[in-house]
Amino acid sequence: MMMTAMNTHDPIIRLRNIRKSFGAHRVLDGVDLDVERGEVVCLLGASGSGKSTLLRCINHLEKIDRGVVEVGGRLVAHELVDDRLRELKANEIRARRADIGMVFQAFNLFPHLTVLQNLIEAPVVVRKLPRSEAVERAKALLSLVGMDGREHSYPRELSGGQKQRVAIARTLAMQPMVVLFDEPTSALDPELVGEVLKVMKDLAAAGMTMVVVTHEITFAREVAHRVAILDQGKIIEFGPAKDVIDNPTHERARSFLSRFAWQGQH
Amino acid sequence: MQQNRHSDERFLKAVKISETSDILERSHPVRWAAAALILLVVAWFFYGVARNPAFGWPVFSHYFTSAEILKGLWLTIWLTAVVMALGFAFGLVIAVMRLSKNPVLQAIAWAYVWLFRSVPLLVLLLFWFNISYLFPTITIGIPFGPVFYEVETQQLISTMGATIIAFTLHEAAYASEIIRGGILSVDHGQEEAADALAIPKRRALFRVILPQAMRSIIPASASLLIGTFKNTSIASVVAVTDLLYSAQIIYNRNYEIVPLLMVATVWYISITSIISIVQYFVEAYFARGLVKKSEPGLLKTYLATR
Repeated sequence: MMMTAMNTHDPIIRLRNIRKSFGAHRVLDGVDLDVERGEVVCLLGASGSGKSTLLRCINHLEKIDRGVVEVGGRLVAHELVDDRLRELKANEIRARRADIGMVFQAFNLFPHLTVLQNLIEAPVVVRKLPRSEAVERAKALLSLVGMDGREHSYPRELSGGQKQRVAIARTLAMQPMVVLFDEPTSALDPELVGEVLKVMKDLAAAGMTMVVVTHEITFAREVAHRVAILDQGKIIEFGPAKDVIDNPTHERARSFLSRFAWQGQH
Repeated sequence: MQQNRHSDERFLKAVKISETSDILERSHPVRWAAAALILLVVAWFFYGVARNPAFGWPVFSHYFTSAEILKGLWLTIWLTAVVMALGFAFGLVIAVMRLSKNPVLQAIAWAYVWLFRSVPLLVLLLFWFNISYLFPTITIGIPFGPVFYEVETQQLISTMGATIIAFTLHEAAYASEIIRGGILSVDHGQEEAADALAIPKRRALFRVILPQAMRSIIPASASLLIGTFKNTSIASVVAVTDLLYSAQIIYNRNYEIVPLLMVATVWYISITSIISIVQYFVEAYFARGLVKKSEPGLLKTYLATR
């Protein structure tokens, strides 16, 4: 099943020549990346390599200076006008974003709303789902991430791992085409990382297209179909997860991965 | 060696005692004495005030609930409510302008706050009271273009109108800074999460950002409300019959200055106390989800220990 996803050339995300600078510092220096439908791609790299910025460019949380971002066959934040690319209106970008889920390192749950209110807010407001239907779906999703019966808790009453699982359920409640994960386990205590990775594994097995920025090399090796290694704003290595992680060809990829050598015992 | 055995004995004795009894709290005689002394001084002061014939307590109680005073009190409360509502509505607009990406709106919002925090409220009030001298007529039309409608300023803006406008402009400057501070206190990740979920900006502001900003907006707003409530007494200079002016009218008749000032003061204190109590509950409401449920509030703790 994994292989069919790989062989059928059906990219749901297409990035071309992404360039992005913060002031004089060039964070992304011409990045190309295709993600197939149903594929899990992990973005690895040292801090400052541009991997989080690249992820945030996909749903236009970061504006790109140049390049093309396409998700589901449509440009996410731009339109072609007289042979030039122009940014879309804010509400048009918002409509595109509704199909792109995002999970944050710091969860970013709404702390003054209950778990249930967190989950139904966007489906009701953005998707115009009837409240009862949104509640039903929310409950089913909470059960999927192992949080049954916690719909009336406030985020503050949950552990980090539980918060992140709720955040994943909140994203899924929008029925996105793809889900972007921005270091989803980096803010967690080590003993809580596993429960979140488990949910992500289940999601991958269910065929969700996922782009994951992570430091969890083991997860990348086992769950990702393909892995990209970024360095100084460029993808220096991209290919099947095990090939890239076990036998990197690029010198800087090797030195980056060697830091995780102790994790490589399977 | 000898020393050690001695300390061992004391240690064992301490262990034995600890098995059967809790540790004694230390008494604080100096603390108690200080508290008693202060209470004594306070009681003495109030006794003196109550016994002092100059305060004219019979006159005080006669006028405390008189129709004239209650009418003035009602006007003060009404004026405060109107000014707060308009001031905060306008203040929210200024705050959003200041936080917008449009540099012109930002600059105008900044200049507005700068101007109306700089001009004393009394001066602002007198300006608006005399507005018809500055602008005898008000016209509606296209700027620098044709005029559709013209009206005499004096007819349009009454004394009360001028008072409300002056207070609102002043209030909005402070309110906008309070709101802006509150919005800035909310973690940026909240806005990003709302963006990623495609929640429209306005909905995100009112449903996600402002409820969290309320935690820091409420205490500052309660202070502003109390300040405004008392500041409305400034309106008495343009003969708006608020609480203070009503008291002044009476003592200009009967020369019972102190009792009537006390009438106004006790009313000011009473309403302010009510505002403080309401503030406590409003804060508790907006703290939902942000404070552990197991932490009982101040009032609950107090009631539980009785």
